[in-house]
Amino acid sequence: MLNVRNLVARYGQFQALFGIDVDVAKGGMVALIGANGAGKSTFLKSVAGQIPSKTGAIRFNDVDIGALPAEEVVRRGVSMVPEGRRLFRSLTVEENLKVGAFAGRSGRWTLQAIYALFPALEERRSNSAMALSGGQQQMVAIGRALMSNPDLLLCDELSLGLSPAVVKDIYTILPRIRAEGVSIVVVEQDIDTALRVADQVYCFMHGRVTLKGAPADLTKEQVSAAYFGIEGH
Amino acid sequence: MLEWLDAVIQGVLLGGLYALFAIGLSITYGVMRVVNIGHGDFLVLAAYLALWPVMQFHLHPFLAIVPVAALMFVFGYFLQRVLLNRTIGPNPLAPLLATFGLAIILRNGLQQIFHSDSRSFQIGQLGTDSIPVGGGIAIGVFPSIVFAVAIALTVLVSLLFTKTSIGVALRATSDDAETAGLMGIRARHTYGIALAISFALIAVGGVFAGVRTTFTPESGPSALLFAFEAVVIGGMGSLWGTFMGAVILGVAQTVGAKIAIGIGILAGHLVFLAVLFFKPTGLFARTL
Amino acid sequence: MTGVAFKVSRNTRLSVAAVWGGVAAALVLVSVPLWGSPALMRWAVEVMCYLVLAQMWNLMAGYGGLMSVGLQAFVGVGAYSIFVFAQHMGMHPFLAIPLGGVMAAIAAIATAPLVFRMRGGYFAIGTWVLAEVFRIIFSNISLLGGGSGQSLTVMARIDRSTREIGVYLIAAGILIAASLAINLMLRSRFGLGLTAIRDSEDAAESQGVDVKALKLQVYTLASFGAGLVGAVYFTSILRISPNAAFDANWVVASVFIVVIGGIGTLEGPILGTAIFFALRWLLADYGAWYWLVMGAVAVAVVVFAPAGIWGYVRARWDLQLLPLQRRLILSGRGPQRRETGLEFTGDAEAGRM
Repeated sequence: MLNVRNLVARYGQFQALFGIDVDVAKGGMVALIGANGAGKSTFLKSVAGQIPSKTGAIRFNDVDIGALPAEEVVRRGVSMVPEGRRLFRSLTVEENLKVGAFAGRSGRWTLQAIYALFPALEERRSNSAMALSGGQQQMVAIGRALMSNPDLLLCDELSLGLSPAVVKDIYTILPRIRAEGVSIVVVEQDIDTALRVADQVYCFMHGRVTLKGAPADLTKEQVSAAYFGIEGH
Repeated sequence: MLEWLDAVIQGVLLGGLYALFAIGLSITYGVMRVVNIGHGDFLVLAAYLALWPVMQFHLHPFLAIVPVAALMFVFGYFLQRVLLNRTIGPNPLAPLLATFGLAIILRNGLQQIFHSDSRSFQIGQLGTDSIPVGGGIAIGVFPSIVFAVAIALTVLVSLLFTKTSIGVALRATSDDAETAGLMGIRARHTYGIALAISFALIAVGGVFAGVRTTFTPESGPSALLFAFEAVVIGGMGSLWGTFMGAVILGVAQTVGAKIAIGIGILAGHLVFLAVLFFKPTGLFARTL
Repeated sequence: MTGVAFKVSRNTRLSVAAVWGGVAAALVLVSVPLWGSPALMRWAVEVMCYLVLAQMWNLMAGYGGLMSVGLQAFVGVGAYSIFVFAQHMGMHPFLAIPLGGVMAAIAAIATAPLVFRMRGGYFAIGTWVLAEVFRIIFSNISLLGGGSGQSLTVMARIDRSTREIGVYLIAAGILIAASLAINLMLRSRFGLGLTAIRDSEDAAESQGVDVKALKLQVYTLASFGAGLVGAVYFTSILRISPNAAFDANWVVASVFIVVIGGIGTLEGPILGTAIFFALRWLLADYGAWYWLVMGAVAVAVVVFAPAGIWGYVRARWDLQLLPLQRRLILSGRGPQRRETGLEFTGDAEAGRM
């Protein structure tokens, strides 16, 4: 469903991605791993349209979305949970969720469906989004992204700043979202989590993909080598 | 003692007019984080636009507000879309310079067409009627209408921002335009809406100002300064704060003028500077 | 890259020529009283006043990132200083002119704690409020003629040609000094700090640049310059009123001159002033049209060519008459153009102010 070919990205003079190829199958769950600055977030931002990329580099459902800005990409069914959650601080929890539906795509993800997925949010629906705990804020961010009824959900560093227990909770939710037919790409620092949840893993280093495969087919040495740049055996 | 009370009451009512000047400025700054330096001159433009149907068809000035506000709404939207959106970017000076340039164009353009003659709107008896409330204090009917309209419009705008989806989109854009983009909110459009609302509101303020006193093509700067002072006194991010800021400014001006003629405007400036010095975030800033 | 000898230089062959051109221009400027008519000198005083004020505004906005629309506050303070010191305290008017700059700088420092509580657009309009406050205060000082102002009658004691030549030479001196000072200043550590601020305020701060202090210095210097302009201009026209001294058109002219010429460039104000006066001359018979045209051109420049005319020229042909950035010059080649000189302190790229 998502086919990225030879994706290049730069920030001014600095080149962040050097020809990335990534494929996400319908209903699939892909994890992108790699050290800080490896280009994972840049990749997600390029797909989401926050960083301009070349025509033809990114195809989604066989439509070229490479040159589209973020406002149009979300209308075509790609939604993102941004790094650091980026909730709207002057909006309530419910307003944050409603803004997520602004792209106007209909489907099964309604306010009720989000509250069913995250019951903790319903009782705090009228609170300011910033008054919530980190884990609850992450739930709002995921819920907000789902409200656009995406075919593909991009999650950037879900575990950032959260305790391991909360991270575990968040990751138990993802299969339920997937079960509703949403494909998912997660960027994850934690290799074990990534290997556990994903059916396809891409390892990024210095703006290139150094390793890809199904977790079952990859050895720990291969992953370490690709992750840290240490030569394996 | 009573004459001071009178000055305060007149000041509160004058504040209603300033609120109509200020709310639009508060909205555009709140959503775009850009100060429209041409705000006052666009207000004067609206007053001149209303002059035409009033003179030509003897339309009541209050009725002229409706088409002029609609026209200004459309004008504001397209001005933002066609011109001002291009200046929003990494350089924070660009939108200031652009609106500054537009202000000068407008002021001199109006000067060219209408010359410096001062104009005003006549509403007959209504303009001078007042209700005595005892102790020699009388409350003008027209200033009261202005005050009521200011309150009504502040309520209306608050509802727009909290209850409608475009309002929530405007607030989301204000918080974080980049993330709002991820939600499918087109900032270019919401910015256009913000200026459109602002322009519709100053159409009301412009016509009322022209009923209350007179206006010339040179009236823009003082309208801008009063609007700006109200916004700063009230504090960022709060429409009612802006409204209260306008009332405080109005009272400062009338009480100042009571102390010494010719000091009214100065007293308003000084209250503004004092608030800036002692509470730069404004008196009613919304704190999270 | 090993073994390549290099040196660091700001100069290009063209810029060396520009420096000599500048020296020649200064000499011509100073020689005007020998051959020019009094009318030419009066006109030149006005042109030079606008140019210096534009340079000051450019220093603030183009280099310090401070968008002030209240610079006329300090023009007015400088102007009224002449009337206080010369008209009422008996000081020689020519000696009082520098005091105009000093008083303006003092006024700027005294009110800086207020206006520096604001940033961006707030700062812009806040400075305007300040100028209005000054205007109203001076309108209420009866010693200085109140709202209707007064004439500089003490100038009658100086004979006419001394007066004209004196004012002219002082104005020329201010222009030359201001140009020289800005050029040298921007080449110093001070200028490097300002460039850093312009590129990124936060990054500059984290690199140890005291952003606030630097901005305050720029603001004070520009106010000093504006005060000098006010002092010399109103000594030249011999009459003052609050509305003329604190006229917002002072800053309008500066903004248009700088924006059209090229904000954040040293050449921009010169080019802009030339365009400003040329347009004024062309449209002299059409009243307000002249401001309309200037405004329209300025808005068009801001929207479509934000680097201004000089910025465009510089980007198009890589010209720099008064270069500020250093260039790395590899040995064996002449210090000329981009092919041979790598820039390594970032100057504003085209399209950026």
